[in-house]
Amino acid sequence: MQNQFLRFLLWRMVQFLPVVAMATLTIFSLIQLVPGDPAATIAGEYATAENIEAIRHSLGLDRPLWEQYGIWLWNAAQGDLSNSLLSGLPVMDEVLRRLPSTLTIAVLALCIAVIVGVPLGVLAATRADTMLDRLVTGIASLGVAVPNFWLGMILVSIFALGFGWFPTTGARPISEDFWGALHHAALPAATLATGGIAEIARQLRSSLIEVLQSQYVRTLRAKGLPNYLILWKHGLRNAALTLLTVIGLVFNHMLGATVATEAVFAISGTGSMIVNAAINKDFPVVQGAVFVLVLIVIVMNLIIDLFYSLLDPRVKKG
Amino acid sequence: MKKPWRGIPWTGETMTTRTSDPMAKPPQPLLDVRGLGITFSGPGSLVPVVRDVSLTVAAGESVGLVGESGCGKTVTGLALMGLLPFRTSRFDGQILLDGENLLELSERQWRKRRGRRIGMIFQEPMTALDPVFTIGAQIGETLRTHFRIGRSEARERAIEALAQVGIPDPATRHDAYPHELSGGMRQRAMIAMTISCEPALLIADEPTTALDVTVQAQIMDVLGELSARSGMAMLFISHDLGLVSQTCSRIVTMYAGEVVESRAADDVLCRPRHPYTSGLLRSLPSFTPRKGRLPSIPGRVPRPAEFPNGCRFEGRCPHAQQQCSARQQLQPLRDGGFARCWRSEELSLPGVLS
Repeated sequence: MQNQFLRFLLWRMVQFLPVVAMATLTIFSLIQLVPGDPAATIAGEYATAENIEAIRHSLGLDRPLWEQYGIWLWNAAQGDLSNSLLSGLPVMDEVLRRLPSTLTIAVLALCIAVIVGVPLGVLAATRADTMLDRLVTGIASLGVAVPNFWLGMILVSIFALGFGWFPTTGARPISEDFWGALHHAALPAATLATGGIAEIARQLRSSLIEVLQSQYVRTLRAKGLPNYLILWKHGLRNAALTLLTVIGLVFNHMLGATVATEAVFAISGTGSMIVNAAINKDFPVVQGAVFVLVLIVIVMNLIIDLFYSLLDPRVKKG
Repeated sequence: MKKPWRGIPWTGETMTTRTSDPMAKPPQPLLDVRGLGITFSGPGSLVPVVRDVSLTVAAGESVGLVGESGCGKTVTGLALMGLLPFRTSRFDGQILLDGENLLELSERQWRKRRGRRIGMIFQEPMTALDPVFTIGAQIGETLRTHFRIGRSEARERAIEALAQVGIPDPATRHDAYPHELSGGMRQRAMIAMTISCEPALLIADEPTTALDVTVQAQIMDVLGELSARSGMAMLFISHDLGLVSQTCSRIVTMYAGEVVESRAADDVLCRPRHPYTSGLLRSLPSFTPRKGRLPSIPGRVPRPAEFPNGCRFEGRCPHAQQQCSARQQLQPLRDGGFARCWRSEELSLPGVLS
């Protein structure tokens, strides 16, 4: 049992290596398409061509691209995410400093999405093909369609500028001021959550409808079980696998979507870090941030896989 | 009259109500269905799937409900359980259980009788059990829905029920998940779950159709024994007249949503009074001489939207005449029982035992 679990973990780690390599290689290639030259930026306005060339050489930017990437990957494998080309500071420190704000928003957004999305999905499924169902489905489609940055600005103008209930921008470190941090994260998280609410409600609805039409639910009704037990105990438990999968996907998507949300709310998280670094072609920073985010996504998927085997006896561990 | 085929013990004497005194007034039947009609309403259309179904099941009696697929047997069974969607189904007639019309009960009152007074087992044991709960949890849940008992007592009674249906090592099987059991074992578990609350009537909808032949006989044994031991009445829905005739004292034949014949099993087997029943009997492989072609009924059951106005079997009937295009009533027969055919007394239809 213990042994089996360790083998499972080890196997997941092995699977994770090519994922990281592919993700960072893609990012590296894309950054080459961004116009601009970090060496020129560092050298300043009045630099001579020799100056820029010297800086480029010292940063290793004159080497072939595959070599630059290879060196970065080799260092990353040893736990060194290199230094920023512009500031010269270690990327790892910077990522770890900014990560808490991003995670606060993303986790809060996920909680909101689950708390709102699950009841909506259940409601739509039990009232399938009624006005209420169509209303929920309609709202869900709207939630998917509305762009995050636009919704963010609308929410700010209503709840921050209009009512003054929430701060317009910025973040508080959650380790120092828990409630303050949540207060600051509320609007960005609500913005981020809309897509997740819609996705969770829609998927849960269709999964639950399928479960409620199944043969075993007919058996449950034939046993004389009250409806609330059929729905909340058997229905949700059987739809839980779908729900879990969707929650995982939604969270991964949210991590990516923080890029736009952080820009709207002027939060210095990893999202805005990636945007700034990409503009300046500071590839070690972009790579490092992506590396850490991919790591989080993989750990999240691992946790979800573990939950699968807990929830469904048919899924074997390993 | 002996039951000559297959090795299942004939327990008719203990489980039927064929009493010796023909003058005794029959007691009120456990289940009395009177003129049941079921209409499904779709978008902009009404489809009458079942019409004028009357049948009775006395306490402790086993009655077979037979017919091809699409004759309305399962729909009738589900209607007796109140399992048809109420929003899209309309009912006529009465379903009397213990003299109480179920169709007049509220959903909540009906639910209290469902699983307690009247239970149902289904055709597909592979999909009829919730895959993410253990067998024992599902039986215990049923018990705790209908009785005020604690978890440990529910567990005890669940294990007892599993033992009753012949599941070996019931205490271990109690904690097994459905996917860990074979098809036959699952059907046994399903039966255990249904009988755990000791219902007065068990509706068995093709309980052996999805199983291997060897397992079929075992399941039939289990059902026969249970009914003999506990005096539980059974309504046995099947397309297999051979199987039904081994367990049931009376047979009700359904065709195209109507009851066409309702008589004692032996009478039906020897002298069927409706051409459809006769056709069903003659197409049983076990009663046909080994050589030659297996007889079959030409054509197929019409779909509910295309039911003819007159006799619904007319198009497939070898004895059809002009008068058959008039609506047929279920008529009492001289030798007992009913048939829905105006020629039933004059025709001499072949059965399987003569």
